[in-house]
Amino acid sequence: MSPIHIQGGRLIDPANGIDAVTDLYLAEGVVAGVGKAPKGFKAETVIDATNKIVCPGLIDLAVHLREPGQEHKGTIASETAAAVANGITSVVCPPDTDPIVDTEAVVELILHQAKQSARAMVLPLGALTLGLAGEQLSEMYALKGAGVIGLSNAKRPLTNSLVLRRALEYAATHDMTVFIHANDPTLSGHGCVHEGPLATRLGLPGIPEAAETVAVARDLELIEQTGVRAHFCRLSTSRALNMIARARHDGLAVTCDVAVHHLYLTEVDIRDFDSACHLIPPLRSERDRDGLRDGLNRGTLDAICSDHQPHEPDAKQAPFAETAPGLSGLDTLLPLVVRLANEGVLSLSEALAKVTVSPADILGLKSGRLNTGAPADVCILDPQASWFVSAESMYSRGLNTPFKGWEMPARATQTLVGGRLVFDTRKE
Amino acid sequence: MTTRSTHSSTAPIKRPRTIQIDSNGRLRHFIAIEGLPKTILTEMLDIAESFVSVTAQDVKKVPLLRGRTICNLFFEPSTRTRTTFELAAKRLSADVLNINISASSSSKGETLLDMLRNLEAMHTDMFVVRHSSSGAAQFIASKVEPHISVINAGDGSHEHPTQAMLDMFTIRQHKPDFSALRVAIVGDLRHSRVARSQIHALNTLGVGELRVVAPRTLIPAGMERLGVQIYQNLEEGIRDVDVIIMLRLQRERMHGAFIPSEQEYFQLYGLTEARIALARPDVMVMHPGPINRGVEMDSAVADGKHSVILQQVSNGIAIRMAAMSMAMRSRADAKAEA
Repeated sequence: MSPIHIQGGRLIDPANGIDAVTDLYLAEGVVAGVGKAPKGFKAETVIDATNKIVCPGLIDLAVHLREPGQEHKGTIASETAAAVANGITSVVCPPDTDPIVDTEAVVELILHQAKQSARAMVLPLGALTLGLAGEQLSEMYALKGAGVIGLSNAKRPLTNSLVLRRALEYAATHDMTVFIHANDPTLSGHGCVHEGPLATRLGLPGIPEAAETVAVARDLELIEQTGVRAHFCRLSTSRALNMIARARHDGLAVTCDVAVHHLYLTEVDIRDFDSACHLIPPLRSERDRDGLRDGLNRGTLDAICSDHQPHEPDAKQAPFAETAPGLSGLDTLLPLVVRLANEGVLSLSEALAKVTVSPADILGLKSGRLNTGAPADVCILDPQASWFVSAESMYSRGLNTPFKGWEMPARATQTLVGGRLVFDTRKE
Repeated sequence: MTTRSTHSSTAPIKRPRTIQIDSNGRLRHFIAIEGLPKTILTEMLDIAESFVSVTAQDVKKVPLLRGRTICNLFFEPSTRTRTTFELAAKRLSADVLNINISASSSSKGETLLDMLRNLEAMHTDMFVVRHSSSGAAQFIASKVEPHISVINAGDGSHEHPTQAMLDMFTIRQHKPDFSALRVAIVGDLRHSRVARSQIHALNTLGVGELRVVAPRTLIPAGMERLGVQIYQNLEEGIRDVDVIIMLRLQRERMHGAFIPSEQEYFQLYGLTEARIALARPDVMVMHPGPINRGVEMDSAVADGKHSVILQQVSNGIAIRMAAMSMAMRSRADAKAEA
């Protein structure tokens, strides 16, 4: 890793409370100095970051890479290339691949493939139950040994509360974090949109907010009783967030995240059956969106992620309920986070913390910060580079985005992972 | 900066610009009542009026769509609706193709779009679509070649616009001034595509007062935002109304978690002669059929003097002829301009 000098940028490092125009020095894959070059430092590469923002590389808590099993939608190579083109240096991938990440072999396959082709760090989650079927515990200890960063049952709900309790207990035994998607499947049924006036108007089956809140209530009880380290993924309702805030007030150390699109879109954006807005959890009401923004502001929401789910075009070409849910989010995560700051929801430093140090802390990583000795995962972005979301401007293989045509306020220009320049807009 | 419009949680949800209208303001596809202006609905009723006399003639045909091919694309079985569309098309002198998809292409794994492309290649002029998924007709309309029209014959729980228009036609035959009417729609509003279309049609035509009556399990969230008053008590809901529209309860749902039993439903929401007495003396009783006698209404009511149910069936053909000829006229206009 050749020494790199990033000069003249506005360095924002939320973890260390830095927001100043200063230089950054990288060597041997780590941050070698901030503001002042370490003794004897001789840069082989100098990156001029004048008028740009230099911040820790983004850590995205939810990126479906689609490999193994659905390579027609995306691959580890294609989607990690899209990640780094958007300043994202680490991606957490859920276990609902094909085959499912419930054996050491599949973990090894992903990590091997990542080593071969990935530009970003790939952090797999292991299955909480065998085959994600919710009946038998996975071999968590073996999965940990193989390199998973945590456990999850992905979006397949655990209906059997006893199995969930045992899974949480066993995960706690091995000091592993469990990532929970709160959803009561009997309440969400075959729903595909938020239960509300729009679902009624379009005659689409609705998913009530209670599908999320009832599950959060149950899960919080079991988390408290088992003492497991738990993280709630992709909360979509204001009420669920209030429940988390209350639990925290009572001393429970749970964390939670939101998908960035839930901070911008509501059920109304589905308009006339726009399948790009077919998402799970669904786009909720305006009250929920405002509540989620408020939760960011109050600090209840720890992290923001993309919930990236690339699809081939055919997957979205059908009547709404028959299309595959999910959006391609890697290309819009960074600009939408910057836009939160532009809209005054958070300061830029606070907004960046939600995609850097905060997810790093949830995952127990040393990255997400730029103090001396931290991994040299860096994002350099141009805060003036406004661009329009289109098939041409996206890096992901999945073009399924409801933000098509939106003007975005910022774009990554260079990305470094472990001190290696893995994306440079000047070379694109 | 591109921004997206949002609505406050209490404001009515407005429908975006519809693909149903062409650049001349004429009906291009007939997907949903919602979003259509009153002028188009009124025009459809007027044209249907003129077709009623056609169906009464010895030779029940007009040459309006001679040489055109209409394809009944039914992804969901329905003999009654398909037959009335077929009859309407034949009375307009069109050639009709009936395709029952659940039994053929979809089981072979062909995609919907592939099938459409194939039918387009056979020079079809119009698709009449019935599908179990809400939004299916809209999706097909957004994908077909510009010279093809799509008519929705019922999509999921979304809309069934021709059924609603034949109901409006039947109402207008008896009570021409919609603004003076108080109407109650009773029954399974949650799953009914007919009810959604009726609500939009009645509101667009300027109905005086519109009520919906059902237990809370059968009323979907936020229904009041469609412009209705909600009643849970049938007696209160039909008091002094001019029109009662009963909805069909699907028997397969009867023992689910929506209502406890047919008996209790009939006891609370069944239309009887005694209950009709609460409405206006000249009240019209309607039902899209087929009726579950003894569940939604008494036989005495279904066959009684207030019932216009059979008239609804007859009017179905005239309305479908009107819808088809209007959509096809838009196509002809477009071709003439080109």
